[in-house]
Amino acid sequence: MAEAVMSPWQKRWTALRYVVGENPLSLAAFLLFATFVLLALVGPWLAPFDALTSNVGTPLAPPSLKYWFGTDALGRDILSRVVVAARLDLGIAVAAVSISVLIGGLAGACAGFFGGWTDRIVGRLSDTIMAFPLFVLAMGIVAAMGNTVANIVLATAIINLPFYIRVARAESGVLRNTGFVEAARLAGNSEARLLFYHIIPNILPPMTVQVSLNMGWAILNAAGLSFIGLGVRPPAAEWGIMVAEGAQYIVSGEWWIALFPGAVLMLAVFCFNLLGDSLRDLVDPRRRT
Amino acid sequence: MNSLLEIHKFSLEFRTRGGTVRALENVSLELLEGGSLGLVGESGSGKSVLSFAVLGILDAAARVTGGDIRFAGQDLLADNGAAMKNIRGRELAMIFQNPRVALNPIRQVGRQIEDVLLRHTDLRGSKARERAIECLSEVRIPDPERRYSAYPFELSGGMCQRVMIAIALACQPRLLIADEPTTGLDVTTQAAIMRLIRDLGREKGMATLLITHDLGLAREFCDRIAVMHAGHVVEIGPTESLFKSSAHPYTAQLVLATPVGQEQLENLAAIPGNLPDLRRNDLPPCRFSERCEQRSEACASALPEIAIAGNHLVACHNPRMGKSA
Amino acid sequence: MVSTILKRLVGSIPNLIGVVVVTFLLTRALPGDPAAFFAGPAGTAEAVQEIRKKLGLDKSMPEQFVVYVRDLTRGDWGTSLGTGQPVLTEIAMRLPASVELTLCALLLAVSVAVPLGILAATRPGSWIDHLCRGITTAGVSLPTFFTGLLLAYFFYFLLGWAPSPLGRLDPYLSTPPHVSGFYLIDSLIARDLAAFVGAIKQLILPTITLALFVLAPLARMTRASMLGVLSADFIRTARAAGLAPTTVLFTYAFRNALLPVMTTLGMVFSFLLGSNVLVEKVFAWPGIGTFAIEALVASDYAAVQGFVLTMALLYVFLNLAIDIAYGLVDPRMRVDG
Repeated sequence: MAEAVMSPWQKRWTALRYVVGENPLSLAAFLLFATFVLLALVGPWLAPFDALTSNVGTPLAPPSLKYWFGTDALGRDILSRVVVAARLDLGIAVAAVSISVLIGGLAGACAGFFGGWTDRIVGRLSDTIMAFPLFVLAMGIVAAMGNTVANIVLATAIINLPFYIRVARAESGVLRNTGFVEAARLAGNSEARLLFYHIIPNILPPMTVQVSLNMGWAILNAAGLSFIGLGVRPPAAEWGIMVAEGAQYIVSGEWWIALFPGAVLMLAVFCFNLLGDSLRDLVDPRRRT
Repeated sequence: MNSLLEIHKFSLEFRTRGGTVRALENVSLELLEGGSLGLVGESGSGKSVLSFAVLGILDAAARVTGGDIRFAGQDLLADNGAAMKNIRGRELAMIFQNPRVALNPIRQVGRQIEDVLLRHTDLRGSKARERAIECLSEVRIPDPERRYSAYPFELSGGMCQRVMIAIALACQPRLLIADEPTTGLDVTTQAAIMRLIRDLGREKGMATLLITHDLGLAREFCDRIAVMHAGHVVEIGPTESLFKSSAHPYTAQLVLATPVGQEQLENLAAIPGNLPDLRRNDLPPCRFSERCEQRSEACASALPEIAIAGNHLVACHNPRMGKSA
Repeated sequence: MVSTILKRLVGSIPNLIGVVVVTFLLTRALPGDPAAFFAGPAGTAEAVQEIRKKLGLDKSMPEQFVVYVRDLTRGDWGTSLGTGQPVLTEIAMRLPASVELTLCALLLAVSVAVPLGILAATRPGSWIDHLCRGITTAGVSLPTFFTGLLLAYFFYFLLGWAPSPLGRLDPYLSTPPHVSGFYLIDSLIARDLAAFVGAIKQLILPTITLALFVLAPLARMTRASMLGVLSADFIRTARAAGLAPTTVLFTYAFRNALLPVMTTLGMVFSFLLGSNVLVEKVFAWPGIGTFAIEALVASDYAAVQGFVLTMALLYVFLNLAIDIAYGLVDPRMRVDG
């Protein structure tokens, strides 16, 4: 009875409480996720110092009460830079994954739904992308298209495509032959209508799981590309490039320059992976591993 | 004849997240040397669990809470089943349902027989291979030399079941447990497999314990039948006696639900109700009482064991004496 | 057996074609006019025109593709702007360093992940199962370049156990004469124990860094597929037949569990070859990853393209090898295919 009177939002809240209650780590991950989203939204206003202005007076200062995470070679406050970077890092990943979901989901759904040539072409495309070591392909794409942030997004989107194509294709291939789609077809709905009103809404839950599982990986890839000097240019604050800037100081003992951005990057990816696992457990408990 | 397998007041439970499942309670039965016993019941009645307990291949969540199991006089549960190690697969063997998935998919079937021979006998090398081929021909597999190197996916379901029987019989066991051996096979093959099991049992003087939900099958192939319901043995007796004078209401209903010959489907009676949830803490002494039409006040007290005839026993307060089903 | 291998070979041809087409398209996707790009900022209009002709950019796309493929098969992969050497020579020179590192990492990852996964699967809910879960979730969250730096900081700067994280061999040691390009093998051939030990010391940190990243998917897959197999019907049959626990675990369960693990190896190689670039940068490892990064920074296009192509070809062949091995292990793959 209680089930019947719950609004959709209440139901979602119940589901969320279930995921979080099941595993305390999920709660931690969820809080962390909320923090990262907050940082990405209002980070620049929270940062104690300007992230880009250098301060020649205090280069390479170790962590202190004034500079919690220390300063880098140009005297910039690392805490401020780490906070500000959240928007760029998460922004790249979110943008890339959104493109992948949109294009990959649509292509996969069509492939699974129509079969035949559509399926073969989409399958070939996906296989061709998968024939490359993905990070290497991303390097090649950025190198060819030009060394810009937009191309980092594009490259990350392309290497993520096959995962979404695969999920959407498998799901819509199954749905195509289910009773309710068959019933809708017999009721005189056009194929396009079937695809958009009956197939695609139903592949959204598994796609959501795939997104949360992939997000961490997308962040890692984008940060990896900036680490080797692609995309984001100094002095912009970005976790990957900050680790790269700190790398040369590691061997001389100035650990904080690379440690803090690296640790935050790791935490962000870890948090997304944990959330992805919890979400998958919720949607498909059988695949719990 | 001597008793080969004796199960005495055996109880077993599973600890699960949803609570403790009292899967078997005070189960007693006896199987004579060379005899054949049918263990009949609905799915979930505990018949497979009982056979796994006999073989000592229970799930880690299972706990034996009472009773004992003796095989040829040896206590199988003593010392954490130490005796079992040398008996399992050699004197006591088991075959399963769905033979196509019950064999290792990436190992030649002959090698799978050899694995058993290497474990339990002194045969090695070409001797073991010869014996494996012999085992294949004993279960009437044509062209056994060639089949030796076949993989399960290259064989039909019936052939796979024959291979599984060959594995089980490789060491000439004294007891074969057949757990729904015909499930997953087509109808014509089913009869052939059942005949093979019976004939091999007679040839080798091997006892068989047939686990099935099909009372008709048990009637055809077993000289004694034990009926299980919700982890209890409710009635056990010679096949003819059990059919002629079913004493337990559940048995009587099972008999009515079993087609004989050309009977029409509409003449068959369905048994009302379901098995009770074995996780419940308030299970009545008689687990059938909640489905039973002959329930009385007495059913709330501990189950009796009433002898209908010499070796025909029933666990019921209101047995249907002398009535035929 | 031979026909299986042939079938797999044929099966990898579409991927091979795909790789070549994509790298070709990438060369034509250069921002602006490639000819102007190659001519450099000082290039005159005539120079650009000449380069256009030389590169065959005045021809139609299909014609250009034919020329591209012909050049590739002839071993003409262009010339590196940075070194002035043919790209293929440069890559051939650096490839052994990368392959040696990658193989060592794979070996380490497999030899840790597989036993860990098996132990976790055979003891569900035990501390080793929780350890496995923790490692698999944490492992995929590690940015390779960051773990590399951390390891270098701890083991080189703080503890002094590891040599300085620069290159394949201490500069005081002499490089073993080139035979295979793998220092571990070449130093043994030259009976130069000092070089062998030195090479191992240099290898340890980058190998651990790389292995840590791919350990997670391997352990996760081993555990999951082992769990699946252990509850399979045929394992019950084997146990009922009284086979020894080790026989059941290894001959029956593990060999079957290996199949899905082998399928994951493809993904693992993708991760390995990708992270290899990052690890090489962190440890100044003179492999093709470092070469590619230098080329990227210098906009040395032919070199980058050669790198992408090499990695992709390597990956296609690795996948082919996995496929063939799979066919050999799984008899069901031999007939149909």
